[in-house]
Amino acid sequence: MGAVNTLLRHSLVLAAAVWYAGYAFGQVTFDRLVHSSREPQNWLTYSGDYAAHRFSALDQINVENGHSLVAKWVYQTGASGDGSNGRFETTALVVDGLLYGTAQDGRVFALDARSGRPIWKYQRQLPTDIRPCCGRVNRGLAILGDKVFFGTLDAHVMALDAKTGHVVWDVAATDYKKGYTFTVAPLAVKNLIIISPSGGEYGIRGFVDAYDADTGRRKWRFYTVPEPGQPGNETWEGDSWKTGGAPGWITGAYDPVSNQLFWTTGNPAPSNRGEGRAGDNLYSNTLLALDADTGKLNWQFQFTKHDTHDWDATEVPVIIDMDGKHLIVQANRNGFFYLLDRAKGKLLSATPFGAVNWTHRKDAEGRPAPDPDTEPTPEGRRLCPGAYGVTNWFSPSFNPNTGLFYVTANENCDIFSTAPQTYEAGNAYYGSAYRPADDSPGQGAVRAIKPLTGQVKWEFQHVSQSASGLLSTAGGVLFTGDAQGNFILLDAAAGNVLWHFQTGGEIHSGPMAFAVDGKEYVAITAGSALYTFGLP
Amino acid sequence: MFVIRNGVVRPGLHPSGWSGLLILLALAAAARAQDRNPFANDPKAVDAGKSHFRINCSMCHGLGARGGGRGPDLTLARKKHGNSDAALFRTIHDGVPGTDMPAALGSVGVEMKDQEIWQVITYLRSIEIKTPPPAGNAANGKALFYGAAGCSKCHMVDGKGGRLGPDLTAVGSSRSLESIVDSVRNPSRQLADGYQTVTVVTAEGQETKGFIMNEDRFSVQMMDTSERILLLEREKLRSFKKSSVSLMPPYDTTQLSDKDLRDIVGYLLAAGAN
Repeated sequence: MGAVNTLLRHSLVLAAAVWYAGYAFGQVTFDRLVHSSREPQNWLTYSGDYAAHRFSALDQINVENGHSLVAKWVYQTGASGDGSNGRFETTALVVDGLLYGTAQDGRVFALDARSGRPIWKYQRQLPTDIRPCCGRVNRGLAILGDKVFFGTLDAHVMALDAKTGHVVWDVAATDYKKGYTFTVAPLAVKNLIIISPSGGEYGIRGFVDAYDADTGRRKWRFYTVPEPGQPGNETWEGDSWKTGGAPGWITGAYDPVSNQLFWTTGNPAPSNRGEGRAGDNLYSNTLLALDADTGKLNWQFQFTKHDTHDWDATEVPVIIDMDGKHLIVQANRNGFFYLLDRAKGKLLSATPFGAVNWTHRKDAEGRPAPDPDTEPTPEGRRLCPGAYGVTNWFSPSFNPNTGLFYVTANENCDIFSTAPQTYEAGNAYYGSAYRPADDSPGQGAVRAIKPLTGQVKWEFQHVSQSASGLLSTAGGVLFTGDAQGNFILLDAAAGNVLWHFQTGGEIHSGPMAFAVDGKEYVAITAGSALYTFGLP
Repeated sequence: MFVIRNGVVRPGLHPSGWSGLLILLALAAAARAQDRNPFANDPKAVDAGKSHFRINCSMCHGLGARGGGRGPDLTLARKKHGNSDAALFRTIHDGVPGTDMPAALGSVGVEMKDQEIWQVITYLRSIEIKTPPPAGNAANGKALFYGAAGCSKCHMVDGKGGRLGPDLTAVGSSRSLESIVDSVRNPSRQLADGYQTVTVVTAEGQETKGFIMNEDRFSVQMMDTSERILLLEREKLRSFKKSSVSLMPPYDTTQLSDKDLRDIVGYLLAAGAN
């Protein structure tokens, strides 16, 4: 592999931190993950819980006192903060007073969650010829037992000792030279570490993997592009399935009752050119319901068939039980809010939550279907949303108290034009070009959606598009951020501003909340720093 | 330690145990390769380069390389950061620090290996305007710019002039004659990046017009028509209205003849060449 791992341990700091905080690291069991709501002081998975609500039951910071929030501590990762190597996209985990996160270029760190002081740091030495399409980013970790797990930009899956940062195991999932990278935060389910690659812009063949948390041995793999003989292969022209893309680069959800893992996939490859891959191109842009033990496909729902506009479905799927209905919902990049029955994947409704001009009809299942003449052309075709989508990977939030689903929504239109390419392993494989239309609004907002109807209850407007995830809490508040560096607190019921703080760097990740010594904190990344805030 | 990839030497892991002599030879070959376009005048490379250009460059430079909101017109024979093949290769390969121009590898949204960069250069050479329309009398244009035409009240060239409009020192190397003429005749057709017109009314009822230097959800930094920088909190403003009408008045032929305008453009092209 050639990669040399380095470890910077701060054992004296560790000893001091453990001594003065009086913490004893507890094993993170599967039972704790299933019942994460019992310990709101901790943030145990990327989205905060298996249902992917990105909701905190902490209520110390609330509508009444939110205006008085102050910065508590800031951790500088040492990565470039100008975005040239990608942005700082991690969602930190917190377990019993210790905070874990990742940063660009294979950085992993553990901090004293009360002071921000480092316990240990790790940085992977990456090969020079990795091919991350969209920055040398990483979105976070999974934690199980006494280990933290993450994926690397050279397509390895790794386990580090949660107390020391020592490498416990390191497994090459696939060949990074073909364009595979890992940027997603894995999900720990039972004794498995679930992960899926990025690389839809490189003609990879996507998959979802499950690794034994103790040994790193791969237990199952589900290819998101079926091979000949498998159902779905008929949706690919000729050998196009071999380079079909469909990467699963955002963390999914898990339903412990049905033992179903919900994972989403991105665009088919080449990402913006349908010529040569005629058909629906399963399972690109799809929500997959997989048996968590075996990876067997239970059902699937494809949001955008035969995509030529880069409308990945890699937006967090959210499990909601409401009015006796067992649902899974997604605000999709193509501009529709989808409501599905969780047991069988039946589409119940699809409602636009932003400006779309690509569809005026629905197929037999009720799925929005593209109008004729929406494909890219040599001269260029204007379509809304553009490739960035009405929303994207940044996390939504569902607040069971307000019953509202919150999402960052951006209004944009692109000109899609053709640019034929031939596949070459490891090279970018787009097949077309896109650029903002001259009249593209470029406007972002937070929208609060009533899940059962898709109706927007309120909206908070940003001054430009935003890539901020959202966090709602039992304090009746909602955290968001903007491209200008503001971290913003809203009233979750009405959307009015309660507080804001200028971080100095674009917000390009999702907030999370935790508590130490009975004090609630909220954390967000911006620039090259992790900021925390709390009451005075 | 170095690895040789596509003719370029990059820092990295040593690939093998070959001697330093081989590395030196490769270094020399790589240096030569960067000075010369291996695809010069190759029609297939023009087509391939066009595709790579569309995918990687058109976002800023426009689909036909005629310039977009962010990037200069690349059909001009004169390039801002050097005209030679070697200079063009260097500009694309390394990017331009301090600007939006990214390096060809390792940047978000851009990925071109050396061969693909050379193909893009071949494409750009194929669409270059070899004989641009004749420019006017630069000396007379300079006199008009700083005199009767009033351009310097709002625009700088070489550090002299006003601040209410874009600095025009380098405009002659990034935009075509036709494009500059159009901006003078129809300044509101496309506002220059960073010069959004705004009118604010303060809580006290004071109305001020200018352009937005920066803004976010809670504050606005603007320059008014007297070149004062105003630092404003949005919630304290009575009104805040952006406009797509430029602060610059349109100059029709009664205010500025075609000949005088050509002379002014001649001055700007000459300034850009410097």
